[in-house]
Amino acid sequence: MELVKELPEIFSEFGEQRRKSFMDAYALKQQGIPFVGAFCTYLPQEIPLAMGAAVVGLCSKTGETIPEAEMVLPRNLCPLIKASYGFAKTDKCPYFYFSDLIIGETTCDGKKKMYELLGQIKPVHVMELPNSQSPAALLLWKSEILRLKEKLESHFGVTITEDAIREAIKLKNRERQAIKAFYALQKQVPAPMDGMSLHQVLEGVQFKFDREKAIDELWALIDKIQRESDREKYRGRKRILVTGSPIGGVAAKTIQAIEEAGGQVVAMENCGGAKSVDELVDEENPDVYDALARRYLNIGCSCMTPNPNRFKMLDELFEEYRVDAVVEIVLQACHTFAVEAYSVKKFATERGIPYLGVETDYSTSDEGQLRTRMAAFMEML
Amino acid sequence: MITLGIDCGSTTTKGALYDGSDVLRTLLLPTRARPAEQMQAVYDALYTPEVACTVATGYGRALLPQADRTITEITCHARGAGMLGEAVRCVIDIGGQDCKAILLHPDGSVADFAMNDKCAAGTGRFIEMMTRILDFPIEEIDRFVEGHQPCEISSMCTVFAESEIVSLLAAGADRADIALGVVQSICRRTAAFAMRLSPTGTVFFTGGLARFESFRRTIEEALGLPVVTHPLAQFAGAIGAAALGYAKAMPRG
Repeated sequence: MELVKELPEIFSEFGEQRRKSFMDAYALKQQGIPFVGAFCTYLPQEIPLAMGAAVVGLCSKTGETIPEAEMVLPRNLCPLIKASYGFAKTDKCPYFYFSDLIIGETTCDGKKKMYELLGQIKPVHVMELPNSQSPAALLLWKSEILRLKEKLESHFGVTITEDAIREAIKLKNRERQAIKAFYALQKQVPAPMDGMSLHQVLEGVQFKFDREKAIDELWALIDKIQRESDREKYRGRKRILVTGSPIGGVAAKTIQAIEEAGGQVVAMENCGGAKSVDELVDEENPDVYDALARRYLNIGCSCMTPNPNRFKMLDELFEEYRVDAVVEIVLQACHTFAVEAYSVKKFATERGIPYLGVETDYSTSDEGQLRTRMAAFMEML
Repeated sequence: MITLGIDCGSTTTKGALYDGSDVLRTLLLPTRARPAEQMQAVYDALYTPEVACTVATGYGRALLPQADRTITEITCHARGAGMLGEAVRCVIDIGGQDCKAILLHPDGSVADFAMNDKCAAGTGRFIEMMTRILDFPIEEIDRFVEGHQPCEISSMCTVFAESEIVSLLAAGADRADIALGVVQSICRRTAAFAMRLSPTGTVFFTGGLARFESFRRTIEEALGLPVVTHPLAQFAGAIGAAALGYAKAMPRG
């Protein structure tokens, strides 16, 4: 029973990190550390890290600034895009505020058009992300990574060496290994933690500026969970894999609804989860740009067509995490995930894994309906 | 042993007493703006000391303190429909504020479901709006539309459909033609919604509109599958809740 008190303490330290980050950001700024704002998991963070920049996540997770954004953007647009633009416009987010350069990628249509408008109020560099994973796409993506390096060099007046990039690759790989080891704890039956804790750590680690410290903390956390978690209390829970759009802004109402209804989120395939962490960058490749291009282009996001890597990863996760059911969370007006949902449902059900898809946004108006859906789905399992 | 199921929907609150083979009593009250009170009223009217288990369902399911269990309306409707119909493989429920399609396994358990709860289109609200504008009681719908030619109602949105009906009336369209148009509009939309689950076999129609032949027949035409219902179809959720409570309360072995 003591454990129940203990675990959330260290988890909540990660959660609080996000609030504390404002002051941390300020302190880093006083030391002259540049900030590069990032939206997407496709950004090769190794490039800005190689120049000693802090990379901060800008995907906004609350609807607070959506009304402000809707003065410019259409209402029927993804809440993440609207909220992000709104935070940039209102200076209410310390990460937007402190970002010296924001990097976007041509992922979904909503984002790439929003970046055009964002560029009018903040310095923005948009990387041209190909829509497919062909050899020609790889060449384009590699040249875009080189162009990013040049942009950072000219924007900040620095030189980014290949050695520095190589070091950043090693650092990021070590970080990935720690994150992977963390979420792999959930492979155990019963799994050792609830989905909100899993989500909070995966999200919190994206807001750690001291990467070495973050890696150490992750390993310490893994040890602690292994030693102290009372896994038995989760025995018999339905093991749920979460996939779909980025869920930072809707995690509370979706993951909690799943777990209140008797499920346990054991795997997260979406942004911040396995999709963006699983594959390492090849440290042996003498061409660092080629190594980065290959690794990042491989990410199985629905903005790719076709998108075989998402299904490959889902298949592996189904097996490794002994998944009982899939819950796909799609943000309102997130067309690529909404369309691909049909294929994910088919893919899961063909493998005997029940599937529930829900569409939601950053409001609280559908909490009751989501609870009913999740509860009905758990009753069905 | 008997069990009690109470289904608190947005428009009506239903109760059913079940003895393991038959539905003994049912009661229906309007929910209005008082779901907790109305659930309590149904409970007070139906409860007897022989009730071994009370199960609450519907959107107000958490509001009855005496409930031994709460189960979602999806699971309860599936169970209730399976009891009221023969070889049911799909349930379509048009509720007051949402619409559900549920696929059943051959053993009657839930295989898949879909809910429309974002919008009043395709729900009982749409029909309430129509009867108000066209000024006839819903109980007369079957006789009212008989032998009429439906007007095309193209608006998906309840608010816009209301304007469309007002325009049709202003243009001199027949009230019953408009009413039949609205029936077709909601039934086709509901059928299209259910088709996303690729239903096969017999479809059971529940909810307050299931007692009207014009709705049943129109959904059947739109789906191309046999659609059946039952005089107690409006109580399917409450009956299912009572039956699930019965299975739970049964002494094992």
